[in-house]
Amino acid sequence: MVAIELNTGARPAAGQRIDISSLSHQFELEGDPLPVLNDVDFSIEPGSFVALLGPSGCGKSTLLRLLAGLDHPTQGELRVDGLPVGNPDPSRILVFQDPTLFPWRTVWDNVALGLEAQGILRKSRSRVDEAIRLVGLGGFDKAYPHQLSGGMAQRVALARALVNDPRLLLLDEPLGKLDSLTRLTMQTELVNLWQRARLTAVLVTHDVEEAVFLAQRVVIFGPRPARIIADLTVDLPYPRHRGDSRLTELRREALSHLGLASTW
Amino acid sequence: MSLVDPALSKNADAVFQDVPVKSRPVVWGLGLAAAAAWIAAAAVIELWPETIPQPYGRELAVISLVIALALILVAVTGRLLGAIATTVRYYGAWAIAAALGLVIWEVVTAKTGLLPVPFFSSPQSILEVFLDDWIRLGTSVSYSVVLLAKGYFFGALTGFIIGVTIGWSQAASYWVHPVLRIIGPLPATAWLPLAFFIFPTSGSASVFLIALATAFPVTILTWSGIASVNRDYYDIARTLGAKPAFLILKVAIPAALPHVFVGLFMGLGTSFAVLVVAEMLGVKAGLGWYLQWAQGWAAYNNMYAALLVMALMCSTLITVLFRVRDWTLSWQKGLVRW
Repeated sequence: MVAIELNTGARPAAGQRIDISSLSHQFELEGDPLPVLNDVDFSIEPGSFVALLGPSGCGKSTLLRLLAGLDHPTQGELRVDGLPVGNPDPSRILVFQDPTLFPWRTVWDNVALGLEAQGILRKSRSRVDEAIRLVGLGGFDKAYPHQLSGGMAQRVALARALVNDPRLLLLDEPLGKLDSLTRLTMQTELVNLWQRARLTAVLVTHDVEEAVFLAQRVVIFGPRPARIIADLTVDLPYPRHRGDSRLTELRREALSHLGLASTW
Repeated sequence: MSLVDPALSKNADAVFQDVPVKSRPVVWGLGLAAAAAWIAAAAVIELWPETIPQPYGRELAVISLVIALALILVAVTGRLLGAIATTVRYYGAWAIAAALGLVIWEVVTAKTGLLPVPFFSSPQSILEVFLDDWIRLGTSVSYSVVLLAKGYFFGALTGFIIGVTIGWSQAASYWVHPVLRIIGPLPATAWLPLAFFIFPTSGSASVFLIALATAFPVTILTWSGIASVNRDYYDIARTLGAKPAFLILKVAIPAALPHVFVGLFMGLGTSFAVLVVAEMLGVKAGLGWYLQWAQGWAAYNNMYAALLVMALMCSTLITVLFRVRDWTLSWQKGLVRW
């Protein structure tokens, strides 16, 4: 769908560096504290693609919300490019599991949302067109969200994120609700988009295959309150092939960390 | 990326071409039947002598004949008249029923006097009011519309602003909610004596009452609309760099608009009731006043005519609001069916 166009060479990696140190977080649930993250420590290199893998409800999504600045941690520190994470900022964009497009806006207006909110839309209308083309939705500018399929809507959500030139893309199971064929196509497109934009990508998923196929590194979390139980490096070049025996091996390793070795 | 298989769409074109487009217009049988019914109605009105002679019987017969001619025109021209023809054809059965209804009404009033005269009007006596008293009726309509427009505008605006404020701000909600809970359900007409006493003119008192009646439903529905906006919309907008003003104007309000329109419809309904009561009791103009005046003179024909005009006015205003809704919420097309 999207042609691979690697900017090898001159331009340095545009992604942000992330440092997380002794991070803990808890929710108040009817007065009782519910710990969701327990003493999490790790760093992400600029421009890398990292998958956070773990059982559902373990607190991975909370970690993304903290990185986006939508919530603030109870304890510990989050640094992006050396600076503490404050309020949300368009350089760090979160893509949700649901596309959550604004139903009263056309595709074009949905993608333009960030530029409009920052008051720079007038000068950068061409960026909107470009982002829509990039995700393969040229010609759908005037369509309304209810006229789109699930895959198309999620592409619009990606374009809405990418148009802001983010340096950190936080993906919260963005392909979780798509049918399996669309999902495979979109996985390849995600890798292409990441390579093209040279940003840091953090993907939360509970799909082991997706994690090892997409990411350079897979951080595995245990059940709630989440802490890191393994950190795998996927030392394979892109484009990858699903049938690669190394991927199969990594999948088995990841599953064994998650206590599912017996299902292999 | 085309959504339609080109081969399929070509086939579809072929199918449409099979339909004989240029053949002569197909005569609409139901339309001719309806025309016959209206000619029959004209004949009954003109030829059957009245028990008590009434003016304007001839005019009523002529109007019936004009309707019959229009139906014949639509029936023989096929689709040449476009959208008008389509609408008229849709209401073909209604046209027959209306002719039948007119004949029955005519017979039980003017022709046989089955229904006693001062309390039940014949069709031509209502026509008489329209033809002889249209100036006073028209003036009354314009007074009513102006009064309603003022009250409705201020009420809708106030309700919208209060609704957005308490939907958005916890503090505003804390203070306004109990007041709204207690004062809101009170029918606006209950304020009538007080309003006429406090306000300098009955006109301004009526504007206030209509605004009050409109504001309550608009406030409640706007508030619930703002409060039920998907929280993720705000998170999305915030990560994209939105400031609070953007969140209110470009996220909360557009998301709440479908609710707001429900409130506007409810407000329009209650504002009609308050308008008529206010005109009957205080304001010396408008359709409510006309009704009251007609009753004072026992002019029942005028009352029926005024009721008819009032029905037309209210349904027209509701239609206008529907049009505004459809235009504002055009993105809902295909999502909502009311």
